[in-house]
Amino acid sequence: MFFFLVPMVTMLSLSLQTCNQVTLACHLTWSWSNFPDQIRQYHSQFANSLVYGSLATAIDLAVSYPLAYWIAFYGGRRKNFFLLMLLLPFFVSFVIRTLTWSFILADQGLVLGTLKRIHLLPGSFHVLASGTAVVAGIAYNYLPFTALPLYVALERIDRRVVEAAGDLYASRIAVFTRVILPLTIPGIFASFLLTFVPAIGDYVNAAILGGTNNYMIGNVIQDSFLVYSNYSAASALSAILMAVALIGIFAYARVLGGRTIEEYI
Amino acid sequence: MILYLIVPIIVMILYSFNQSHARLPVVSFAWQGFTTTWYQQWNAIPGLTPAFLLTLRLAFSTMIVSAVLGTLMALALVRYRYPGKAFVEQTMFANIAAPEIVLGASLLGFFITLNIPRGFITLFIAHVMFTVAYVAITVRARLSGFDRSIEEAAQDLGANPWVTFVRVTLPLIFPGVMAGALMAFALSIDDFITSSFVAGSTITFPLWVYGVVKVGIPPQVFVFGTVIFVAGLLIAASTLVFQRKKA
Repeated sequence: MFFFLVPMVTMLSLSLQTCNQVTLACHLTWSWSNFPDQIRQYHSQFANSLVYGSLATAIDLAVSYPLAYWIAFYGGRRKNFFLLMLLLPFFVSFVIRTLTWSFILADQGLVLGTLKRIHLLPGSFHVLASGTAVVAGIAYNYLPFTALPLYVALERIDRRVVEAAGDLYASRIAVFTRVILPLTIPGIFASFLLTFVPAIGDYVNAAILGGTNNYMIGNVIQDSFLVYSNYSAASALSAILMAVALIGIFAYARVLGGRTIEEYI
Repeated sequence: MILYLIVPIIVMILYSFNQSHARLPVVSFAWQGFTTTWYQQWNAIPGLTPAFLLTLRLAFSTMIVSAVLGTLMALALVRYRYPGKAFVEQTMFANIAAPEIVLGASLLGFFITLNIPRGFITLFIAHVMFTVAYVAITVRARLSGFDRSIEEAAQDLGANPWVTFVRVTLPLIFPGVMAGALMAFALSIDDFITSSFVAGSTITFPLWVYGVVKVGIPPQVFVFGTVIFVAGLLIAASTLVFQRKKA
């Protein structure tokens, strides 16, 4: 069985390496200028990706930390139920989920339409086709990816350590900042990676909820690949994206050990 | 907080009952009144049902193949030592952590280089590729707490390696395999980004929905969404109840 497996596993890992082979394909002409050219041409989309991705990740971390904390420490017997609630959005297709946000945020939709009818908002007010809508969509879609690793990290804390800190006259704030927070740092970092990396590569939210000004790098990659068939440009862009992701992963592996992150998936 | 997570789902269900104005089969943003028409005419939109069936077929084949390959991979990772093992582990992890768009783009580049026509087969290859690592990790978690002496006992009692695997190892790791398989199914049925690259002219359900966004969304999309949601919820709830009974 062992000899049967090795070729299979190598094949699988080879199929993963295609990311590099793609760049090889455009390296054949040794046109390194591809990279700076692409960055120069699409720097605003790169900036959009980074800004939206960071904002959404920051929102997700800020929102899900208290949530995960509450479920882990006060969830009691209904923990599984709360976790299921957290996963509920996954039962709805990703595209449809994003689509419903366009309904919620639409000018004549549920929220804005109502607010406008009772004249709480001026008629010209809109959220769709703006960066706000894109950030909101990304933050919503990736929230479970942030919340679950945080939950795992918080759940794992030995309650006796927390009690001991209290016994040693640490105030509740001190218990949190000096004991709980440091213990969950690997979890926070895992959350960050699992949210930020897919978020900067996302293009569905930008396409559905944003306007042309809000295009992210994913939209560019998709367009150059599928619309303009500019493979070398698209590959160069995705290689850059992959590099960003890999730097994050290796930084994690270096600082906190390679295996730990898998425990949070 | 929980409300924030659920609001879009409620909206989806709500709009699947929304009447459309001017008899256009397109969901309108404003609320027009309650109707069950779309549930009666769930099959009325050309292209939607075939796309959905294709997605189901894809998800089922992905689930089965990924479950088998992922289990074998997990066994190889836990049981054997061989050169390059750390590398395999890292690629597996990179596979999960890489942005989907990179996977999709690289696979498309790969298929183009090899001149493989895009369609169901390429979709299937892509889906197996990105789900197999999830299965492997789930099964490995189950295997790491595995007592090898049980297998040795089976062999001492005269079972050959195959019988040992089927009658002893597999039943013990089966919950892990099952969880991994369900995950693969869910990931496959929902996948949009990778699929959009490798699909060619083959249309899956998410791709179909995305395609009509600019034109106008038929309410049947939300009907399908609601049905998938309820089905997924029922499966999840039944596993919860099942676990509780066992405990």
